[in-house]
Formats: sequence, structure tokens, C-alpha cells
Amino acid sequence: MMNNAVEVHGLDVVRGAKEVLHGLDFTIPVGQVTGLLGPSGCGKSTLMRVLVGVQAGVKGEVTVFGARAGSRALRDRIGYVTQAASVYDDLSVRENLRFFAKVLGVGADHVDRVIESVDLGSHADAVVGNLSGGQRSRASLAVALLGTPDLLVLDEPTVGLDPVLREDLWAMFHRLADDGAAVLVSSHVMDEAERCDRLLLMRDGVFIADGTPDEIRAKAGADDIEQAFLTIVRGAA
Amino acid sequence: MNPRITFAVAGRVLTQIRRDHRTLAMLLVLPCLLMSLLWWMFDDLPGNTFDRLGPALLAMFPFIIMFLVTSVTTLRERTSGTLERLLSMPMGKGDFLVGYALAFGAIATVQSILAVVLSVGLLGLDVEGPVWLLTVVAVADAVLGTALGLFVSAFAQTEFQAVQFMPLLVIPQILLCGLFVARELLPDVLGVISDVLPLSYAVDAMSTLTTTTETGDVWGDLAVVVGFALAALALGAATLRRRTT
Repeated sequence: MMNNAVEVHGLDVVRGAKEVLHGLDFTIPVGQVTGLLGPSGCGKSTLMRVLVGVQAGVKGEVTVFGARAGSRALRDRIGYVTQAASVYDDLSVRENLRFFAKVLGVGADHVDRVIESVDLGSHADAVVGNLSGGQRSRASLAVALLGTPDLLVLDEPTVGLDPVLREDLWAMFHRLADDGAAVLVSSHVMDEAERCDRLLLMRDGVFIADGTPDEIRAKAGADDIEQAFLTIVRGAA
Repeated sequence: MNPRITFAVAGRVLTQIRRDHRTLAMLLVLPCLLMSLLWWMFDDLPGNTFDRLGPALLAMFPFIIMFLVTSVTTLRERTSGTLERLLSMPMGKGDFLVGYALAFGAIATVQSILAVVLSVGLLGLDVEGPVWLLTVVAVADAVLGTALGLFVSAFAQTEFQAVQFMPLLVIPQILLCGLFVARELLPDVLGVISDVLPLSYAVDAMSTLTTTTETGDVWGDLAVVVGFALAALALGAATLRRRTT
């Protein structure tokens, strides 16, 4: 039986006077890496904020592990990485992680583990503000990995990273999924699509495709996801 | 609220300030420098103006400085995304606000002790009442500044706006607190306004302490200041939204 971490029915999100997500229905299963792909500004980040429970103006039914998104019981089960590196620039990598570990109530042993898993071991005591953009976003990713969350919501975690490291991170996402977590990763780079078990293609606040990369390519009769995206958009126009 | 999380926030804020040597130096040294400047201005003049103005300024400096520092720091936390991350974690709003209040309260304590020791010990400020109580009032003022700073940061979208709240919320209190015109001599309407502004009570407490050994009124004024600080923290918690657009 497929086990769903997230179930969403009829999700609308209104920001100010504008509706940015329109009637979305979808599920996110555990044990898989689900890719949320679409151009900048299509609503990916808003959708992720809905799942984490920090988005206002939400209509529709959004449940995460059977509870309403944002419920108190979910707050230590979700690892969330915002698009901007949300870590403290004036603290070291280790100090940042120790702080967030205390907030989550997980042991200090987690700190060294997650620092290693994002390959920041040699920079653990460097102040985050002095690190490169890629290193800062890895520090931010490390925070989301504290406490072995059941759902990971990662907003463009691999942007601007070295290809070798990107490969390592995707391998880690799959390891986490194999261990039973649900992993949702957004990207505006279509070539990351092939690394996902399943894709949600998004444009202007609606899904234009939902399936495995193979299914989506086959249905659109395209060689890659970028072509499939274009074919679907042009076909709908 | 959870003490583990509250103290984690306070500890983190203190580590951040310890890292920022310039800010730390300014926080601790600036009130002392300003008190020395005031003393120098009036030292050679007849009358005891320093004794009259000094207590009011001892109340005011920690209030103003903590207001500014807190509103900007909290705003930075909102804009950097760290607040959003924290609110998606098991962090209560109270943990966040009280954690900040504890950290800045601790800094305010050191700041006020330095300013009071300098003013009373070296600059010869005459204090009739107990000196420790003068310090307690100064710390309460600093916590009030912190609480108000936390509260207004909810209404500011940018650092520029946050800084503008200082002339809006702080300068009227300075004008009406009795420093320029004794509070009982203010026009009726302004007198009433002065009566509902917390800094008036802070300055009253300080002035009482310097002129008499009778501390009954001081405790009443102190209670008002602490009450305002708690109310501002409660309002801050109410305006801190987990869900934002």
C-alpha cells in the first residue's frame, strides 16, 4: 500500500488580491523523492510554505501525516529549507546547528552528523557570513536534516552548487527516502527532473503534469522533461 | 512555552552580540560616554543641573538604545527567513519574545550597572535612595525598550521603517516625561498623555530616588514600567504571526 505523507484537496492560496495557487489536488508519498519543477514565480515556494504551515490565505484541505498542515504535532517532523539560506550569518556553522538542535530537542550528536552529511566538516567553525553562497545554503540544508524528519521540504536546495556536490546531495535525498522519509524538492532547473522518482510540473499556480519522469516524457512524446514541458504548455494553449 | 527553547534563543542572541565586538562595545560604553558628556557640560555652571538631569537620562539611555537594537535585530530575523524557519519548528511565540527579552535584559543589566557606577561613583551624582534600586529601575527601562522594540518590529517591513519608529514612539515620551517641563506644569491634555506614557514613570522613579530615601513611590512607578513592558511583550506575541503572506 502506498503511504502518503501529504494529501491535498482543492488547495487555493490568495496573496493580497491575487490567487497564486488554483485548486491543486495532489499527494506526496513516503519513500520517494518528489520533484516540484517549474519556472521562477510559478508558486513552488508558496506551495512549500503551505505544507510547512507558514503560509496565510490558504483554502482547501491540506493534511500532513493525517494532521492539518501547520499543526503543533507536525513541527518537529518536518525539515524545511527556505530559498534564502535561513541561518545566522554571525554565528559559525556549528553554533547555528547547536541552536536549532536545542530548539528541536535533538542531541548534540546530530550536529556533527548533519555537518558531515552536507560536507561542511572542514568549515564547521567558520562564521556563516564568511562562507560562499553554496556553503551557506548547505549550512541551511543541514539544519533541515536535524532530528531525522519524516517529511523534508527543500526549496531549491541545490542551486549554484558544484556538480559533484549536487550529485552527492541527490544521492542523500534518495537515501533519506529509502529510509522512509517523504522528500519534496523544488527546482527551476529542468535537468534535475531525471533525478526524481516522481515529478509535479507547475506553471502559473497549476500542475500541468504529475507522474514519473518516464511517464511524463512518454505522454508528451518528448526526449527530455524540458521538451515535455514545452509540448504540454503549447498543447494547452 | 518551553524553558529549553527560551534559553536557547537567549543564549544564541548573546553569542551573536558577543561576536559583534563593535556593537557590544557601543552597548556598554555609549551610555557612560553620554553621562560623562552631560556631567562635563554642567560641571562648571552654577546650580546642580547634573543632579537634576542625570537621573532622567539614566532612565532614558538604556530605554532608547535597547529599543533601537531590538527592533532592528528582530526585523533582521524576520527578513532573513530564520524567523519563518523557527516558527515552522516547535518554537512558541513566547519562547522567541521572552528569549530576546532575557538576552537584552542581561545586556541592559551590565549596561546600567556601568552607567550607574560611573555616574554615582566618579561623576558625583547625588543619590539619596539606595543605589541598587537606581540600577533596578534602569534595567526595567531597558527591558521596556526591548519589549517595545519587539512590538514595533511587527509593523516594520524594512530597517528604515523600524528606525523611524523611534521618533514616533520614543521622542514624544522624552518630551513629555518631565525632563523639559515638570509634568505637573504641562497643559492639561499633555499632562494626561504624559500620565499614560511609561517613560514618565521611569523618570519619576529615578528623580524620587535621587531626592529622597523614601522608596514607596519608586516601587509603584517601577510596577507601572514593568506592567508596560509585559503588555508590550504580550502585544508582540499577538502580532507575531506564524502564517504570513
